[in-house]
Order: sequence, then C-alpha cells, then structure tokens
Amino acid sequence: MNAPPFPAIIPGYYRYSYRLILMNRILSKTQLSDDVFMMKVEAPLIARERLPGQFIILQINNDFGERIPLTIADADAEQGWIAIIFQTVGRTTHLLAEKNVGDTIESVLGPLGHPTHIERVGTVVCVGGGIGVAPLHPIVKGMKAAGNRVIVIMGARTKSLLIMEEQMRALADELIICTDDGSCGRKALVTEPLKEICGREPKPACVVAIGPPIMMKFCAEATRPFGVRTLVSLNTIMIDGTGMCGGCRVTVGGETKFVCVDGPEFDGHKVDFDNMMKRLKAYRRQEEHAHEQCHLEQAARQKGAAVA
Amino acid sequence: MSHVTRETLAAAAKRDLEAILQRGKPLTPKERLAIVPQEMPTQDPQVRRRTMSEVALGYTAEQSRLESLRCLQCRNAPCVEGCPVRIDIPAFVKAAGEGDIQAAIGIIKRNSLLPSVCGRVCPQETQCQENCTVGKALKDTAKAVAVGRIERFVADWEREQGKALPPSVKPETGRKVAVIGTGPASITVAADVRREGHQVVMFEAFHKPGGVMVYGIPEFRLPKRIVEAEISALQAMGVEVRTNFVIGRTRKLRDLLDKDGFDAAFVGTGAGLPKFMGIEGENLVGVFSANEYLTRVNLMKAHDFERADTPIFRSRVVAVLGGGNVAMDAARTAVRLGAEAVHIVYRRTEKEMPARIEEVGHAKEEGVIFHLLENAKRIVGDEQGLVTGMECLRYELGEPDASGRRRPVEVKGSEFIMPVDTVIVAIGNDSNPLIPRTTGGLQVTKWGNIIVDDTGKTSIDRIYAGGDIVLGAATVILAMGEGRRAAASINALLKG
Repeated sequence: MNAPPFPAIIPGYYRYSYRLILMNRILSKTQLSDDVFMMKVEAPLIARERLPGQFIILQINNDFGERIPLTIADADAEQGWIAIIFQTVGRTTHLLAEKNVGDTIESVLGPLGHPTHIERVGTVVCVGGGIGVAPLHPIVKGMKAAGNRVIVIMGARTKSLLIMEEQMRALADELIICTDDGSCGRKALVTEPLKEICGREPKPACVVAIGPPIMMKFCAEATRPFGVRTLVSLNTIMIDGTGMCGGCRVTVGGETKFVCVDGPEFDGHKVDFDNMMKRLKAYRRQEEHAHEQCHLEQAARQKGAAVA
Repeated sequence: MSHVTRETLAAAAKRDLEAILQRGKPLTPKERLAIVPQEMPTQDPQVRRRTMSEVALGYTAEQSRLESLRCLQCRNAPCVEGCPVRIDIPAFVKAAGEGDIQAAIGIIKRNSLLPSVCGRVCPQETQCQENCTVGKALKDTAKAVAVGRIERFVADWEREQGKALPPSVKPETGRKVAVIGTGPASITVAADVRREGHQVVMFEAFHKPGGVMVYGIPEFRLPKRIVEAEISALQAMGVEVRTNFVIGRTRKLRDLLDKDGFDAAFVGTGAGLPKFMGIEGENLVGVFSANEYLTRVNLMKAHDFERADTPIFRSRVVAVLGGGNVAMDAARTAVRLGAEAVHIVYRRTEKEMPARIEEVGHAKEEGVIFHLLENAKRIVGDEQGLVTGMECLRYELGEPDASGRRRPVEVKGSEFIMPVDTVIVAIGNDSNPLIPRTTGGLQVTKWGNIIVDDTGKTSIDRIYAGGDIVLGAATVILAMGEGRRAAASINALLKG
C-alpha cells in the first residue's frame, strides 16, 4: 500500500485505515426474547484465539460511546465469527439492538480474560441464570469435549426468557430447567436442584455458575457445605479490559483482584459478592436516566418514521 | 499571585523586543541577564476551572524571541547534559532568538520527534532548565531560560503553518516490524524504523492511538489534536495503526514473529496497572484509580455530560492520594467536573513532590487544597458501600531513606476523619502483566518490568522493549529516549 499524500493535520484521519482491517460486520441477528438479542459478528482474529470463558469489549461510537464487556456465546474460527448475546439494559446495548445485518460495530476488542481451565474431572454441574447461559454455552461445550459428564441447570424468571435451550439440550447429559413462575420446568430457584446434585454420591467434581451476581452468590452458598469447588464468572464495570483502570476490581479471599486480567472466573467461595454488587450500582442513577432517555429517543424516532 | 492576561504579557514583550532590535548591536551577557523572564500566558484560573481547554496558551512570537535572547550560548551547554535525548538546545534557542523558527524546529527534530508534546509535559526544571547558567546566575531555577516554552512555540508554529512535513522514508526493504503500544516510546520507534524503509505495524488495545498522551494526560495540559497530528504524521509515512488489538490476547507476541512474518517487535506497553494503597475500604463505591478517573474523562469524554455515554462519578468533596503529575491531573480534572472541594493528600512535603512545579502551581491557582505530611489510613463508607470519609494520619519528616528523601514518620494518635465522597488513588502504576504472562521466556524484574540489555533487547531474540514497561512509570521524554535506542538496535539488526 502506498502512503497516502501527506495531510498536515486532518483530525480523525487515522481512523480510516483500521476500519478496512476490522469491520466487525453483523452477519445475523436474532431476537431471543423481549429484550435479549443474539448476533453473529464477523471477527476472524477473535474467533481464532478465543477460548471458553473469555469475553470481549465492544463500543458503538468511538468518540462518545461507552466500552462495555460482553461474553462470547459461541464462535467459529473457520468461518471467522463470534456470537454475542446481550440484554438491552444501557445505552450501548440499546443502540446495538437497533443495528441490523450488514451493519458494522466500530470497536470490538478481545478475546479478554483468562480462559476457563478445562480438563477431565468427572461430573461437572454448569448453572446458568438469565443471559448467563450465553457464556456458559462454550464452557459446557468444552467440558463435554474434554470427556466430562455435564449436568446443566438453567434458570429464568419465566419461560419466554429462557435462551439456548436447544443447544444446551443437545450438549448436556442431564438438563434441568427452573423458572420462578413454573412456566417451564421446575418452579424453583437454580440453587434447589444444585443442592440436590451436590448431595448425590459421588459428588460432582466442580460447579460453574454464571448469571446475575445474586444467583452466583447463592450458588456459592449452596455448594459451600458440600465442599464442591465452585467457579463463578464475574461481569463488572470495565473500561479498558486490559488491567489499566482497575474499575473492575473485586475482593476475593480478602485480596483485591482485577476481573479483566485476573479473572473473569474466580473461586465463588472466596468472592465478596456484597461488595461487588454495591460496586455494580455505582452509576445506577445515571444509568437509569440513560435508559429512560433511550426509550424516549427510540419512541421519537419511530414516531418520526411513522410521520414520514 | 494575580493573573496577568495574555494581552498584557504580549504588549510588554513587543515593547521590550523592539527596544532591543532597534539598538542594532549584539547583546552583552549582562544585558541578556537583564531581560525579563517571559511568563507563560495562561487562562484566567476562575475561567479555566470550568473548561477542559488548554490552560497554558503558549508564547507569542515576540515572547519566544525575547526569551530566547536570554540564552548566554554557553560553550559547554550544560542544558544539553540535562536533556534525555540531547537536543542541541543552544543552537535551536539561538535560531529562535533570531526569529528563524523554521531553523529552530529543524534542529529540535534532529533529536526529538514529539516537540509539541515535550514542550508541554517535560519536567524541564529537573532536566535542561535545572542546569541553565542563566538560572544559576539569577539564583533561581524558575528564572532559567524557558527552553520548554520556546520548544512548544516553535513546534506549534510549524504545525499551525502546515509546514510539518513527515520525515522522508527510504526505499522499501521488505522487512516488517511490529510495535506494541502507541505511546511516546512506540511512536518514536515507529518513526525511526519506518524511516529506514521497513514496514511498521503499530498495535493499540484502545480504540484510539496515543497511549498515556490520550487516556492519561488531560486535554487542559495536552490537547488531543496535537497527539492526533503526530499519529497522522506516522500514517503519512506509511505506518499502519491497528486499534482494538491487544497483543497477548488477540495475538500472542511470539506468533507475530513466528507466524505473521514480522522480523522484529518492540514492546512499549507502558506502566498500565494502577497501584492501590492496600488499606481498608479501598473497594468502596467512590474510590477510583487515577487511571480510571482520567480515562473516563480524557479518552471516553465523560465530562461531556450531554454527549458521552460513559458516566463519571459526580463528586462533591474529593481527596486525591499522591503528589505526582497524575495526582495533579486528577485533582484538576475533579475541579473542572464541578467538585466543591478537592484535596491533595501527600505524606511528604511539597519539596519532595514528584509533580512539576508548574502543575502544582496551576493546581493551587485553581483552588486545590494541599494536605502535606498526611496520609490515608482507611476509607470509611455507609451501608450502601458509598464513601463517606477517609481516616488520615499526620506525619513528620525523619531520617533520609534510600531515595535520599527524608522518610515520613507517622505521628502516633494523630488520626482524624476527612469527610469526602470520592477518593482517587494516584500513587503510581505497576507494569502491565499481560505480555510477560502470555510470552514464554520473556524475563521480567520482580516488579514486572521487562529486562533489556543496553541495546534495548529483551531476553528473546528480535524482541525489544522500552518506555515505562522497562523503566517503571517515568516521563514522555525518557520513553522517547528509550525508543530511540531500541529503534537503532532494530535498524542495525535488520540491516545485517
């Protein structure tokens, strides 16, 4: 490539050269429930390197957009894509949900974090709550491929919020579904079957729990009396995802750890979940305001479109 | 100190310069020493407390010339000894004094690639200006020839005139070099290696290149358009910049050499792992590393409440722990975001503060309150985990320690609570472990800094390193010096 003619100063000039390399084009988009979406995104470099347990950081607008961590639900190194599943909770996820097949995402960084340590240990229980099922999927796949017997427990508030049921059913040796309202599977919290399984003989070798912090906290409490090793995958506030800001720090076994470079997986029995949950609420007021604003803007856009 | 407007300073300089030029004969050293040291024009402190735009406005043409005429042109040039990249300071100052700005910038650029940046952020008072004969004669380092300000003026002039041509590039050699990071060390390496005709690809983990100059140093001290111009110049030379690409994760360092066809690599990933105090309450809501606080504002533009999606904690009373430039940057940013009171808490005295004198001065002018010989003992919060205060201890100076500075010793029973809602920890950075952890065989010190030999080479052949990842947290100019050395080694390697 020849160097372009020298422009003394063209603000933003440098942005154009890398767009050509990393397009992050959206290949498919599926709405899984009212506010949960799945997208396949062209990201050959990330697809090539990523392993179960890792995540990405995504940004919609490089000037004013926010960087948010998202988990990787699936990937194909051959075809060069990764799948992300997200719930529209903040501004970035709302804007992302409005994108369509063929659109591009300005920034996608990854794969970040330590991969899950996968080996043959016997029976593994994988617990997923809400969209926590998405990052659990590659771990289940990996655990299964390593020769483990895998029991999957999936939980959601109600039937329509359950995701990836088919994929899980295809992989798991045993699948237990729980809903809060009993609209699908057992009317129970995921901790109920988890305790039962931990009580079986032989005990499971390991539990992996991914979901809302409160769910992970109670999963850890559920397994603690049985002494079953319990991994949790934390999704905290983050900016860079490479260890530079420390915004993602959590207390694990009395020590400060960075989720981005030391995690995202930690020993659930050692994580200070209460502190983590408080830290997640640091920007609650601004986030609620932004969320409200998003829906107002969206409504205005739809109204405008209807008028036109 | 009352604020003097730019107009007043400009008018005085114009008058003084005309008087000198009209005489038409060379100045004697005594006359040079009698010229009034030129003050840097700044925004009014009351105005700048509410804006992110640059505080120091830069010399006028007359100020630059007049200040340059204060230089005695010492034969032994002690100033050059103080410069990490050994710029020919007397020569460029002489040209600036003659009004030949083009020649002046040409001389600087023989040694320094980032004069617009260094003119702004170099700690001149401990480098070139510390050794200045004029400062010594006037018994005040602050009265030394303002080398940095002149450097900034000539560099800005060149950029604004559109005369900054990119260095010429030799014919393509077909060799390929990876530069990891896009901060000052990496920029230097990219330019020096590209000049020799080698292909250069820079890798940046963030969505914008520039490293600490973009995420760390605030707009009011270093406008981002200046960094953008430097990156644009590299691209005009044919350097490729890949953002959103984190070496160690998106691709392993060794894979670049073994699989992707790179002939050599330079690691300039900086000191990007914030240190914390290790005290109780440090993970409460409202405690931030300076890196996080500054990145939210500088890179993510969180101060632009209307447009930016990234939130920033809305603080009323802020305590900043530390006494370096980063601490000053964080405190002054908090002032601009509307905090009612901002405190700097430092356990030694002002004399030991590593921050530049000018930055300490600016912070004071903007109303930052200094608490010296005090340190945090623990941070206290409410039941929601929000910070409500910080327990501090008073210190006094004892015997000198290993660094030669008098060691602060705590005063027993001097605990008191400072009511604050935000604590920003600015006590330095460790080196980022990502590359050493993912690159087998790369040797590091016990602090995690990459070990290099005197050519800048690491323990792995064809991999070089420099800047803060080697030095620990330092300065832009030292990083640049490191980059120069590594680039020379890489060029020698690829020649053979």
